[in-house]
Amino acid sequence: MSLFLWIPLLVPAACAAAAATRRQARWTRPLGLVSALVILVTGLGLLGSITAAGGEALNAAGDLFRVDALAAYLLMTIGAVATVALWADLSVPAEPDGWFTALVCAFLAAMTLAVLADNLGVLWVAIEATTITTAFLVGYRSGRRSLEAAWKYVVLGSVGVAIAFLGIVVLYAATRSAGHPTLSWVELVRLAPQLDPAVTRLGIALATLGFATKAGLAPMHSWLPDAHSQAPAPVSGLMSGVLLSVALYAVLRLRTISDLALGPGFMRGLLLVLGVLSLLVAATLTLTQRDYKRLLAYSSIEHMGLMAVGVAIGGTLATTAVLVHILGHGLVKSAMFVQSGRILRAEGSSKVADVVGLSARRPDLAGPLLLGTAALLGFPPFVLFFTEVAIIIAGWAAGLAPVMLIVLALLLLTFIGMSRQVLAMTLGPAPDRSVDDSTVARLPRKAQAPVTVALGAAVAAGLVALPAAAALGAAVTGLGVTP
Amino acid sequence: MTESLFAQTVATATGLLMLTAVLQVWRRSTDASTRLLAVQGAALALLVGAIGLAEGHAELVAVAVVVFALKGVLLPWVLARTIARSGIHREDSSAVNPVSGLLAAAGLATLAYAVSRPLVALDAGPAAHAVPAGLTLVLVGFLVLLTRHRAVSQVIGFLVIDNGIATVAFLTAGGVPLVVELGVLLDVVLVVLILRILSARLELAHGELDLHDLRELHD
Repeated sequence: MSLFLWIPLLVPAACAAAAATRRQARWTRPLGLVSALVILVTGLGLLGSITAAGGEALNAAGDLFRVDALAAYLLMTIGAVATVALWADLSVPAEPDGWFTALVCAFLAAMTLAVLADNLGVLWVAIEATTITTAFLVGYRSGRRSLEAAWKYVVLGSVGVAIAFLGIVVLYAATRSAGHPTLSWVELVRLAPQLDPAVTRLGIALATLGFATKAGLAPMHSWLPDAHSQAPAPVSGLMSGVLLSVALYAVLRLRTISDLALGPGFMRGLLLVLGVLSLLVAATLTLTQRDYKRLLAYSSIEHMGLMAVGVAIGGTLATTAVLVHILGHGLVKSAMFVQSGRILRAEGSSKVADVVGLSARRPDLAGPLLLGTAALLGFPPFVLFFTEVAIIIAGWAAGLAPVMLIVLALLLLTFIGMSRQVLAMTLGPAPDRSVDDSTVARLPRKAQAPVTVALGAAVAAGLVALPAAAALGAAVTGLGVTP
Repeated sequence: MTESLFAQTVATATGLLMLTAVLQVWRRSTDASTRLLAVQGAALALLVGAIGLAEGHAELVAVAVVVFALKGVLLPWVLARTIARSGIHREDSSAVNPVSGLLAAAGLATLAYAVSRPLVALDAGPAAHAVPAGLTLVLVGFLVLLTRHRAVSQVIGFLVIDNGIATVAFLTAGGVPLVVELGVLLDVVLVVLILRILSARLELAHGELDLHDLRELHD
């Protein structure tokens, strides 16, 4: 069984090596999708078998890898979101591009390693590796703007993550003085009550701030809109849809250690500040945004802020809601970046003002855009509606009513800003053009399928969340949260 | 290694680390900054080697050799090549003058001593007392990164931060587990190589590169 854990790591790595060596071969192009599907299937398999075994975690490679229900759930999410983004990329004909495929596969392998690792240090190395693999993907188009975005991304990302490493080092020093030097999650959770509180507080704060940079939380978010708007669409989808959540996963794990060592107040205060600040940044900048790819990037900051608030509240209801939100947001956001890439290709501009009357001219582009926006804004029956309500209710029950009112007000502002921009693009009559738009080729059904499937899955996720409660409950218990 | 020799070596190495960090703020020549970085890398390697010998860890002595090869030789060489190619020998785009830079560095060192009190209290050995030096390096690295706008200066700032974190790691805990240590070193080398490639491409697109010019993306 433990050999099984190597599959989601080694298959993408092998695909990356194959694509890098055979850069012109046609058969290398689907390798990204193959890796994504392998991760999805192993994630589902592991989640099923761990839940069936009553939440017993699996180990491999000594104690370096450990998969509990939470890790398996995230593995499945990475696979599902990557499948949407890369399937959509494949459904458009293009020349094979070995380096692109190789970097995407290596990126998937790095995220898998981050989730599989039982060791804070290995997790850190994996998250830094995601920066390294995505650096050239962000700067892929080699224009001035994408190079600028890549430079900011690498400098801010590496420095932020370096701060996280300083925090990890400090935590390691704390465990060493408690007589048992370790970076393993399991051991850290066991040792937590004996750790020196002053040193642990320093370590946890630094590590959380560092990983929060990578999760795109304000005030360390400034790289995100640049990187996510300049990267090619499938890469933006992957970065917004899962990379941010993988960084949040590190914060979720840190919260368990912090709660045991310092009590629940410390991490709650820190994350509430980061979360509400992110919601504030997103609300103000979506209101004035003029570029629709950046609009989606700010929507990611909004959702990460809300998830940070959910993690801050803690407890079974809020944590479960955050986990479901990660999946729902990942699916919808990757579909939306795919869709925005298609609009960009059809219209030739990423400015909101340059796209007019889309639903009259190109209903095939406007339909998914409107549906996806509704999903992101939290309309039922999409799953994000249920998770947002659950987070607010949990916060209210935890005695955070004033904060929840602020959160609701900021969500409403983002709602207004985002719906205004998207409606401006889609509604209204088609502009008078000499070219007859009815001759423009519509997207074939094959190319529409990935987006449709992702939006459908975002509805289904809300419906299957109750039957899957056992698996989710096991994932939450994996965090050491007591109901 | 005797106790007093160990204490002296640790003191010398951390003194060198602090000195190179402060001089980094003062000097404007990018060539000098690169040489200072090489000295800093060598001082870090000396520190790691001394801790390894004192605690009898052959593993740490091997890490010291790797640290010297990467941070004392390879990375400064890569930076020197970058400078030679781009022809930018002076940081002429710094936001602060040398005097206020030095004052800021002194303030940051004081802050580092204040913040690291709980860490120093963990352990009574000579190594733990040098922890504030590592944090000073981290803060000074931030200062360099925030106030200088030549691409190569920003890379130097990043490397000073990284040296500082490595110093704290070795002083407080004798280094993190080996697999993590090697992963971290590899990551740093890759980040520097990526930044070098990106800055070369940016120069092709922009001409001589001042990062103040990176203003196309904003809200």
